[in-house]
Amino acid sequence: MISIFNWLLRVLRAIDWPLLLIVACLSGAGLMVMYSAVGGTDWRYADQSRYVVLALVVMWLVALVPPAWLARLAPVAYGVALALLVAVVFVGDTSKGATRWLDLGFIRLQPSEIMKIALPLLLAWYFQQREGKRNPLDYIIAVALMAVPFALIVTQPDLGTALLVASAGFFVMYFAGLSFKLLIPVAVVAVIGLGMVLANEDTLCAPETDWVVLQDYQKGRVCTLLDPTKDPLGKGFHTIQSTIAVGSGGLYGRGFMQGTQAQLDFIPERTTDFVFAVFAEEFGLYGSLSLLFLFLLLIARGLVIAARADNTFGRLAAGSLTLVLFVYVFVNIGMVIGLLPVVGVPLPFFSYGGTALLTLAVALGVLMSISTHQSLPLPSNARTGFGSP
Amino acid sequence: MFDFKSASQRARSRFGLRAWVAALVVLLAFALLGWRLWVLQVQEHPGLLQRADSNRTAVVPIPPRRGEIVDRRGEVLARNYLSYTLDVVPAQVDSMDDLLSELEQVVTLSERQIRQFDRRLRESGPFTEVLLRNDLSDTEAAYFAAQAFRFPGVELKARWVRQYPQGQSAAHVVGYIGRISERDESALRAADALGNYRGTDIIGKKGVEKSWESRLHGQTGIESLEVTARGRPVRSLHRLDPVPGGDLVLSLDMRLQRVAEQAFEGQRGALVAIDPNNGEILAFVSQPSFDPNLFVDGIDHESWRALNESEDNPLITRPVYGTYPIGSTYKPFVALAAMALGKRGPDEEIYDPGFYEMGKTRFRNAGSIPYGRVDAHKSLVVSSDVYYYSLAELITIDALHDFMKPFSFGQPTGIDLVGERRGILPSRDWKIAAFRDPEQQRWYPGETVSVLIGQGYNAFSLMQLAQATAVLANGGTYYKPRLVKAVRPSGESIAQDVDAEIMHEIDLDPEMVETVRNALAEVTKVGTARRAFAGAPYDAAGKTGTIQLFDLKGSKYKAEEVDERLRDHSAFMGFAPAQNPTIALAVLVENAGWGSAVAAPIARTVFDAWLLPQADSPIDALAKSDARQSAR
Repeated sequence: MISIFNWLLRVLRAIDWPLLLIVACLSGAGLMVMYSAVGGTDWRYADQSRYVVLALVVMWLVALVPPAWLARLAPVAYGVALALLVAVVFVGDTSKGATRWLDLGFIRLQPSEIMKIALPLLLAWYFQQREGKRNPLDYIIAVALMAVPFALIVTQPDLGTALLVASAGFFVMYFAGLSFKLLIPVAVVAVIGLGMVLANEDTLCAPETDWVVLQDYQKGRVCTLLDPTKDPLGKGFHTIQSTIAVGSGGLYGRGFMQGTQAQLDFIPERTTDFVFAVFAEEFGLYGSLSLLFLFLLLIARGLVIAARADNTFGRLAAGSLTLVLFVYVFVNIGMVIGLLPVVGVPLPFFSYGGTALLTLAVALGVLMSISTHQSLPLPSNARTGFGSP
Repeated sequence: MFDFKSASQRARSRFGLRAWVAALVVLLAFALLGWRLWVLQVQEHPGLLQRADSNRTAVVPIPPRRGEIVDRRGEVLARNYLSYTLDVVPAQVDSMDDLLSELEQVVTLSERQIRQFDRRLRESGPFTEVLLRNDLSDTEAAYFAAQAFRFPGVELKARWVRQYPQGQSAAHVVGYIGRISERDESALRAADALGNYRGTDIIGKKGVEKSWESRLHGQTGIESLEVTARGRPVRSLHRLDPVPGGDLVLSLDMRLQRVAEQAFEGQRGALVAIDPNNGEILAFVSQPSFDPNLFVDGIDHESWRALNESEDNPLITRPVYGTYPIGSTYKPFVALAAMALGKRGPDEEIYDPGFYEMGKTRFRNAGSIPYGRVDAHKSLVVSSDVYYYSLAELITIDALHDFMKPFSFGQPTGIDLVGERRGILPSRDWKIAAFRDPEQQRWYPGETVSVLIGQGYNAFSLMQLAQATAVLANGGTYYKPRLVKAVRPSGESIAQDVDAEIMHEIDLDPEMVETVRNALAEVTKVGTARRAFAGAPYDAAGKTGTIQLFDLKGSKYKAEEVDERLRDHSAFMGFAPAQNPTIALAVLVENAGWGSAVAAPIARTVFDAWLLPQADSPIDALAKSDARQSAR
């Protein structure tokens, strides 16, 4: 009896309740929008429901694993992911011109997804190892550890995922203390560069201009964003239709399952990358802002967990994973409402797809594990609510 | 450089600062999103709402008509008929109850149809078309069309429905269509063909319907429509007609197919008949069968369970999916192997005392009958096991494997069906791959003994045996076996032949082939198949086989004492006429007993139907002679 009680206590203590509450709200909203996006009947809805349940279980299982084990596992996970990425180069499955998958017979694996979690954990572990004797060389090693998977993913070609993996690594370095003296100039250069691109749009998007580092389809995506009306039935179609959908939602939205843009099939990819357009059309500005607020709470909770973690690994891993989550949300919504180019980044909890949900679940599980396995008891007042970091 | 005492403290506070900076960036980014949302949903809302309402060009896909499937004489196996349906778009209907009661004055609606409609209504969104009734009669359709203006939101549509007029006959060959599943969809997406399936939800699931999907499906057309804000079409702006799928002409002869199916008399089993001169499959039987029409509109739960859970497995395509040891029907090939490998000449005799001893094990002839002096010819005519057992001393398992492989034993034959199983052509390498335990990975000489009489590890599909028989019948040419003889592109009257394709030639000494051929011809005169072929006006060549499933360890086999499912399989392989054959076949009847008693008579029936003038209509006869001429 007592042992069952203890077991139950342990299992329940592994859950970060505020985080679970936010996750539950987001998952519920995600399923509701999926139901509408597929017009009520479709195997995708049933599938997504199953994926959500599976994801919750996975999240909880990962949450049971103490962070110390996660840290020890990190180099292994990184090694495996790297080996799989190399395997993709030789025996990967190709579809639509990109080689991203490994067919293991029973499952089609996308090793770059594993890398999204493995890299930040590895770097967090590395900086923890170097605690107290850190020097600039460590950052160079970290960049190297990041560059190898980045290069492998870029050549698949999958620039979007490669940038996400790189950003995960970058966030670890940022939290580890990468000097602001280095960061600020980079940020300034980026802003100026972006401004120059915007100013010289016409010459840049001329068909004869070759963008050296970017593939043609990526150039197309950027140019479409700069002026979607140029090619309204081709590449600009996505952005035009999704902004019409979002805009026609107005303050209150057009009502659940009443959005003409979504229901009449004008929004492309409405179950995957553009699912936010369905949401915004049917639930309006109030709905959209509420959703943004929920995501903000999620990120805030993640940062709180990071700030309270009692060792470097916990802090860096939680901080980095949280910010990657933020990047997902920002890039996806930004793309749907015409702020950013069309890149294949799904909206967490909302876009259809089992792989992305599982990756998300593992990330959330890691956050929970870091949050609930504190070796030093925190002051009791710090255990409740959303205290400041 | 570092103050170690407070390093952890410092790390924590440094992290706190950076977390705050990150939080600030996040807040700014979200503010940017919020601002943009405000611009779109408040400032630009009126304009964008108007654009959504005037989003009036709907691009509607027009699914193509699926190609038909006919046999070599033009008999139809799969066709389409036009069915009128009534669809309702709920968003355009004010009161569903009023609509239905008014509609009932124009077309009949049964209780069940309304119940099903209600269920579908609940399951779909307001803008989706919901099926109310299908199969309207022409009169009903005309009646409704005249009064359609009274029923906004109700649309009369005509759609093609698949039909399989042959029912259970040749069901495994033609297969069936069904709803596009998630798996189908990802396969289509990977092949970049998903766009061609817009507007339809059906795809080939089994048989030729699946393997020839790309030719049968056709090319989806597109119509740009001007639609109202609520999605109702007003007029057509632009139309690109769909291209119907191509019609398939099968090499199958439905008359022969029916004769073969009836010959099974309800027993389980498989039969494949091939034209050895070009690889065309003339009959392809898998018994028991099923009615593919059940699958067309989505099979109901009850029928599905009945089919799926039946012990007889009617849904399995036995000739390519079932693998069996083929017993004595393997002997002609083994005899040929012994000659071709130079291990035992055609005239070389051995003494058969009725058993063969290896070490302490004694392998017996069926019934322990001693046959005395036996050469290759006699070994086949009387079906001596000892003749083949004793080859174990002369032929290694790997040499046998290498000889049999090009006949397609244990290999995919290349037939145009999906889901062909390889089976097992035993070899040392195979055993190492198949087992884990080093003891089991070893190849034992005793195992070669049973392999040589077609038992043991051998597991071949009937299709492989039929193909090997065809290769033997024509003296060593491996034609790719095929069910589809020609494809007729839509709108054209002349079909394009699918040419016979020689995949490889097996270098066989004609004299050795002749020895086997003569022996097999003798089998049907004085050998094990003499009763089945008594009085046949042509020379047939063949070999019976009885496949033991139940190991009796020396005790006597009594059919009536053994569970029906463990009784011997009855098999036959053969071709006719013995010289210049036009048909080669393999047949296996599950749990039916002796090969000579069950399988051989079926083969006789099929040979008769193919070779003898039939009392069919003059047109049929003409078509058949045409077909036979083109086959040569």
